[in-house]
Order: sequence, then structure tokens, then C-alpha cells
Amino acid sequence: MAGSTPASLSASAPAAAPAARKAQRFSPWHEAWRRFRRHKMALFSAVALFLIVFGVLAGPFLWPVAINEIDFAAKLQGPSWAHPLGTDDLGQDLLARLIYGGRISIAVGVAAMVVAIFFGLLVGAIAGMSSGRVDAALMWVTDLFLSLPQLPLLLLVIYLFREPVKGVLGVEGGAFVLIVAVIGGTRWMSAARLVRAQFLSLREKEFVEAARALGASKLRQVVQHILPNALGPVIVVATIDIAAAIIAESTLSFLGLGFPSDVPTWGSVLRDAKDYLDIAPHWALFPGSLIFITVLAINFIGDGLRDALDPRRVL
Amino acid sequence: MQVHRVSRQYVIRKLLIMIPSLLGISIVLFALLALAPGDPFDELATNPAVPPEVRAALRAKFGLDDPIWMRYWHWLIALLQGDWGFSFVSRMDVSTLILQRLPVTLVVIGASQILAIAIAIPVGVLAATRPYSLFDQIANTFAFIGFSLPTFFTGLVLILVFSIQLDWLPFVYRADISATGWEFYWEHIKQSIMPVTVLGLFQGAALVRFVRSSVLDVIRLDYVTTARSKGIGERKVITRHVVRTALIPVVTLVALQMPIVFSGAVVTEQIFRVPGIGSLLITSMLSNDTPVVMGVTFVSACLVVFFNLIADILYGWLDPRIAFR
Repeated sequence: MAGSTPASLSASAPAAAPAARKAQRFSPWHEAWRRFRRHKMALFSAVALFLIVFGVLAGPFLWPVAINEIDFAAKLQGPSWAHPLGTDDLGQDLLARLIYGGRISIAVGVAAMVVAIFFGLLVGAIAGMSSGRVDAALMWVTDLFLSLPQLPLLLLVIYLFREPVKGVLGVEGGAFVLIVAVIGGTRWMSAARLVRAQFLSLREKEFVEAARALGASKLRQVVQHILPNALGPVIVVATIDIAAAIIAESTLSFLGLGFPSDVPTWGSVLRDAKDYLDIAPHWALFPGSLIFITVLAINFIGDGLRDALDPRRVL
Repeated sequence: MQVHRVSRQYVIRKLLIMIPSLLGISIVLFALLALAPGDPFDELATNPAVPPEVRAALRAKFGLDDPIWMRYWHWLIALLQGDWGFSFVSRMDVSTLILQRLPVTLVVIGASQILAIAIAIPVGVLAATRPYSLFDQIANTFAFIGFSLPTFFTGLVLILVFSIQLDWLPFVYRADISATGWEFYWEHIKQSIMPVTVLGLFQGAALVRFVRSSVLDVIRLDYVTTARSKGIGERKVITRHVVRTALIPVVTLVALQMPIVFSGAVVTEQIFRVPGIGSLLITSMLSNDTPVVMGVTFVSACLVVFFNLIADILYGWLDPRIAFR
């Protein structure tokens, strides 16, 4: 897709010596990495995202401060040596809370992406392999879901099922499972349409026809031949889905219908902070910037992957 | 400029396609409501003052023991008749409540879409006419920033800068402005600036990339070269020949993005306390007002379907090949 910033024509000058390159053998992944490196913003974003993920994973060991230690003497303080990112209205350390929250926010993003891609692959593959009624019905359902307003639907499901799920899985686990299921369950449509389109064109290609002629079962055709070739765009969509899921989770928590206040996520910290914007702006700016930087980095990486994984693109 | 007419048949066909999707939406909503545990008469079961027979009679009266398809049928009929239930929190009919709140939401969404289009089309077209130039790269980077910034964060930052630091704009949307005449409109505009900006920038950022790629697709076509070789000025080629064709898919995208716009509207209305249906949805959820929640969800779904219809009709009007297929 356009909008990416592929290198200009002059940047692909090394490609002018294809004869020399032919001797070397590149695996597809090697080739993809070579293309990805050319997308400067994507590379830079990959480093930034790595730092954030490493920070939230290793954070509790490097900054062993309790997330719920209340200290009214130090409430609403700006950044200082004792509290590098300041404190909230209960004097709780923001750095510790944001590290903990980042773990949840990123975990929700990844898990929701897995759910969405799983359903997308399933629906798209079935629709793409079967033609006629099954395909039409599945695509009708997909279009129906696409035309549902996502956030009201998310909110509705959480509103209706929050209490019972909490009863079964506990406050934090319940919220996690419900939010992941709901975000994943309302975001599979674009993946499904993409997979279907890929399948429709790939299943008529000669190499699949050859496999069919050799008696490969439908499952084998899909798993061995079609799926690996359809994977590139799916990876791109999956990457961008993580970003969308992180935004969705933060939005839910921000609106007070995601994780409860005692479980800090980037969104729920921001919700608590919004009433203190005038006296403690740092409280809102840190979690908000973290969401923004993470999402921006993931989006740029997705864009870089789009360049890297499209075999038709000459770079 | 030749305007071609959309055949009535085409519009009717599109209207008929709308019906199954509305039915589908109503089935999804009803299924959610029916699957959700909890029953309106649960409270009565734990209340020792209410004998079991009374409870059974109430259940029978409200049809809770009927087979599910029959309950759906009754629910649908009530919905179609405009009987959307009663809000116990606001003490009024759900339909009245929603109708009161809907205009504000539509104005905010409409204004922000206009802002988004006003930003996206010139920037996208300029970027596409100079692909990979400095302007293109800056526009692309800003587009990425624009749609990676969550609306709730942009909203808070705008409040921080323009309401708290600079004290230029009010951060609470008021429906009861006492001023009259010009003053009245000025106050309304002032309080709408931030919500509309937040939504408009977010939408615009996503649109810029789409406009750019759409224009890039068209600008290489033969008829554009023909127009140029006839000696038509570049400016005229772009505005009269390229943009008109390139905007056809953009129209669809604007309509297809309506679900996302609604999501954004819910958040912005909540931040700026705009009294629209988005904030109504959140407040009724937080106060367990189920009839209102269902009503608002259904209305927003209907609006999305309706905007899709408008997109289809506009599409047929802009691109004659589609309406006659």
C-alpha cells in the first residue's frame, strides 16, 4: 500500500548488479530483513518498541517499588529522584504502576491480536476454499460485523458479561479474558477478508493445482501450499492489530469499563489522572505518551513489514 | 460537467439490501442480551416478601418463559413500533431521551468529518503529486502520528494546553448557554472546537494516506497522460481529471469509517462532557440502565448502516458503471 516510505529509486542502486547477487542464496526471511532495514522509521521503531517491552518485562527487577504503596505525604508530586515519574493522588509511585500497566496493556494487545487473527484465518480460509453458499454466508457475517459500531458493541458486551465473568475468573483474570475475547472477537473481520482474497487467488495458482493433481488433501493444500504464501499480508495486519488492540484496551479502561482502578493499565492510570490535569499534568502525560509511542512504533513496524514482505515490491 | 442520474432501481435495491443487515444487527444485539446471565426478576427471587407464584406470573406476563425466537419476535416488534422501554434513571422514554441527545452527536461527527476531509484531500493530493518528496514524507509521518494518537489522549492534551494553560476554550460542553444572538453561536462554536478537532484530526490522518494512494493509482492512467498531452495545465489536470476520479473510493472509505468515527465520538463526548448519545451510553452503563444501553447501541448501528447506504448511493452517482451493473 502506498503511504509507506520506501527508499527512493537511487537507494536501490545496489540492485543494479543482479548477476552478482544471483550467486548468493538468500532465504525469504533474510530478504525480508534486508528490505525491512531500509525503512528507517520502522527500524527505529523496532528499537523503541524493544526498549519499551524490555522495560516493562525487566522493570519490576530494576525498580522494585510496590505499585500500591500509599504515601499521602508524597501525593501528586512531579518527577523526582525518589519517584522518577512522580506520584498519583494516593502517593503511589507512577513508574512502578506504569511498568505493571505496560505488561497488562501489551499482553492484552498481543493476546487480542492472536484471537483476532485466529478467527480471521479460520473464517477467511473456510470462505476462500469453499465457494458458493458457505462463502457468501461467511462474507455476509463478516460484512455485518464490519458495519457494527465497534466501541458501543465492545462496551455492551463488557457491560452485560462483566459481573458473571468476574465471578468465575476473579477481578483481574476475568477482566483480562473478557477484554481479550471481546477485542479479538470484534477485530477479526479485516483479517478474514484479506485471507479470503489471498486464498481465492492462490488456490487457482499452478503450484496448488499441481498439488491437487498429485492428490493432496484439502487440508494439506491449505497448510502446506496456500497458507505459507498468504502469510505476508496477514503478518502485517497482525502487527497493526496489536496497536489497535492496545488502543481499544486503553479506551475501555479510560472509560471506566476495562480494568478496575486497582489494576493499573496505561488506560486506567490515565482515567484516574484526568481529574487532576490542572495540578498534576505529569500523571496524565506519562501514560498517554507511553500508549502513543508504543502504538506509533507498532504502526511503523507494520508499515516496514508491509514493504519487507511484499515480494512484488522492488526495493 | 455532466451529472448522471442514479436509477431508482439501484436505490431501491440498495434499500432492500439494508433490511437483512438491520435484521442481522438486531439478532446480534438480542442474542447478547439473551445470553447475558442475570434476569430482571432475580431480585424478586431473593426477596422473601414476594411469593414464587407472583414471580412466575410476572415471568409469564413478560414472556420470559417463551421460546427464544418468540421473545426475539416480540422484542423486534416493540423495537419497530418505537417502544424502546423506559429509562428508570432519567425517568423518561428511551426513544425521547435518545432523540434529545442525537442532534449534538450528529453535529459533532458531521463537523469533524468535514474537518477531516478538508485536511485530508488537499494534503493527500499534494503528497501524491510529489511522491517521495520532503512534503510527502512529512505528511506521511504526521499521518502516522495522527492515527497513533489515541483520541482520549489528544483530548486531554488539548484541554491541558487550551483550557488550563492558555484558558482560551471551555473544557466542559454546556447545553444551557444563556447568551443570545451572536454571542450564543460564538459560545457554541468555542466549546465545539476541541471535540471536533480531536475527532477530525484522527479521521483526517487515516484519510490522508488513503487519498494519497488513490490519487497515485489514478495519476498514472493513460487518460491523464492524454489530458496533459492535449496541453491542459497541470493544475487543471489534477483538479478536473485526477481528483474527481480518485475521490470515488474515498467516498466509500469515509462511509466505511463511520463505525470508527462513532467509537471516537463516544470517547470525545465523554472527555468534553458533550451531551450526545456517546456520553449517554457511558453514563447509562455506569448506572446499569440497560434499556438505554440497548437503545443507543441499536441507534448507532442503524446510523452506520444508513451511512453505508448513503455511500452506496453516492458511489453509484459518482461512478455510473456501478449503478448500471
